[in-house]
Amino acid sequence: MSALAYDGMAMVGRQLRRIRNNPGITVMTQVMPVNMLLFFGYVFGSALAMPGREYRSFLVPGLLAATAAGGIMTGMFQAAQDSHRGVMDRLRTMPVSRAAVPAGQAVADLVVTAIGTVPLLLVGLAVGWRIEGTAAEALGAVGLLLLFRFACTWAGILLGLLSRSEEAAGQLGASTFVLPLLSNAYIPTDNLAGWLRAVAEWNPISAVTTALRDLFGNAPVPEGAAWPVAHPVAGTLAWCTALIAVCAPLAVRRYAHGEG
Amino acid sequence: MTTTYAVLSEGLEKRFGAVHALRGLDLAVAEGTVCGVLGPNGAGKTTAVRLLTTLLRPDAGSARVAGHDLAREPAAVRRRIGVTGQDTSVDGDLTGRQNLRLFARLHRVRDAAARAGELLERFGLAEAADRTASTYSGGMRRRLDLAVSLIRRPDVLFLDEPTTGLDPASRNRIWDAVHELKRQGTTVVLTTQYLEEADRLADDIALVDRGRVAHTGSPAQLKALIGSHAEVVVPHADLMARAAAVLDHLTGSEPVLDPGRRAVGAVTTDPTLTLPRLVRELDGAGVPLLDATLRPPTLDDVFLRLTGESLGTAKEVAA
Repeated sequence: MSALAYDGMAMVGRQLRRIRNNPGITVMTQVMPVNMLLFFGYVFGSALAMPGREYRSFLVPGLLAATAAGGIMTGMFQAAQDSHRGVMDRLRTMPVSRAAVPAGQAVADLVVTAIGTVPLLLVGLAVGWRIEGTAAEALGAVGLLLLFRFACTWAGILLGLLSRSEEAAGQLGASTFVLPLLSNAYIPTDNLAGWLRAVAEWNPISAVTTALRDLFGNAPVPEGAAWPVAHPVAGTLAWCTALIAVCAPLAVRRYAHGEG
Repeated sequence: MTTTYAVLSEGLEKRFGAVHALRGLDLAVAEGTVCGVLGPNGAGKTTAVRLLTTLLRPDAGSARVAGHDLAREPAAVRRRIGVTGQDTSVDGDLTGRQNLRLFARLHRVRDAAARAGELLERFGLAEAADRTASTYSGGMRRRLDLAVSLIRRPDVLFLDEPTTGLDPASRNRIWDAVHELKRQGTTVVLTTQYLEEADRLADDIALVDRGRVAHTGSPAQLKALIGSHAEVVVPHADLMARAAAVLDHLTGSEPVLDPGRRAVGAVTTDPTLTLPRLVRELDGAGVPLLDATLRPPTLDDVFLRLTGESLGTAKEVAA
């Protein structure tokens, strides 16, 4: 086995053990979207023009994408926590593959996300969301969702390694909750003012949300939207490829160089 | 006979913005010895360790560690060193056992679980093995840290202030481990602020001051260089001159007068000068005494003497 694969597996094991020893934050980040589904679906939904069940079907893909975008926050926080603790120094003074540490974090996060998404899907089913497309399309949706999570986690890792302190990363990370608000995750973008609509539709979360709605068969691709939303699957793939291509090498480099 | 050096650095320099942390550090540590790097906070000890362990790159200068060039073959250096940093470098979110198993696996140890168990036993952590390291006391964490550094016996082990802030029991365990390692042939580079620690463990001491090695020698050489400090306190200020004359005669060094405390002090390297003799001589010269002390040199004395700067007043610079 190559050094990267071997060390990477050891680092995935480390992350999963850390989460098992201290599951609080992970459980919280996975419970949050369930709460939001219930609040938005029943409280806000009652004030929208869309009928309740229809809105909840519309909302589930949005929450899935928004939660996946939370990988920025999780990745950032974990990486900042790590980089400001002595354990990273130890790893840097060992003959460990330079890419193994961030890659291990990103892969472990993917495993946790895959499991952590199940409750949201179950509650979604309970409140009326359905897979209305084919099984293959649904699998494609799950694949895109995980790919987006992976990309967001890499972006988070990079930001976490660049941040000055754990606190700074925590604050910046927490502020990422506004990202889904500026997308079509919770509301349709058709009625937004022109420039705001452009901002929202060029938000990667919108492409992912639209792709999920399309592949799960919950809502059609909106007319006259910006390119990533009008071509949601290609848009999602493009956004993810770009994020990973930029963030992963920079994160690995940043990790390997430490403080210089 | 030629000496093989496990660590040999020449002119290492490192700046952090306006702070010139290392100003040409020349350090030579013979293979199989324990080198104590002694100095106040901000002298550059930690920066030196971070450079020599590949964590930082020098702005100038070069070094060979365990037979490999630091700049050209960092990976080869990493395969041969162990590091226990000043900040504990274990994962607080993992248990002691999980930490050891993880690092054993990364070191490609075949039976990681068995090695972990063995080290937990050796460092008195067997009972706490399955608690997360963040719940450990400072001493336990430092022991775990050292245990992790010893999973695979390193050629050169760097210990950055391994016992600062530790209770005596933990400190003794770490000292024992260093002795044991030296017996097995590992070279140890140990930074410390404690003269006693350097005295107990080190074959050689490198005195670091403001980013340079100010002096090197064995503990005995350093102490002989510094000598003990004799001090007497007299009841009247007009007795100080007579006390100084006696001290001058006894120690052969120039006495220092502190009129505020009516104290006279002098440094002596004469091993036959004992406290009873000091008191007898002054009594014989008709100098009444309120107090008399004869104490071995402290790190502060070493510093004062060799760098002209006291440890307490040494400029605080983040190392």
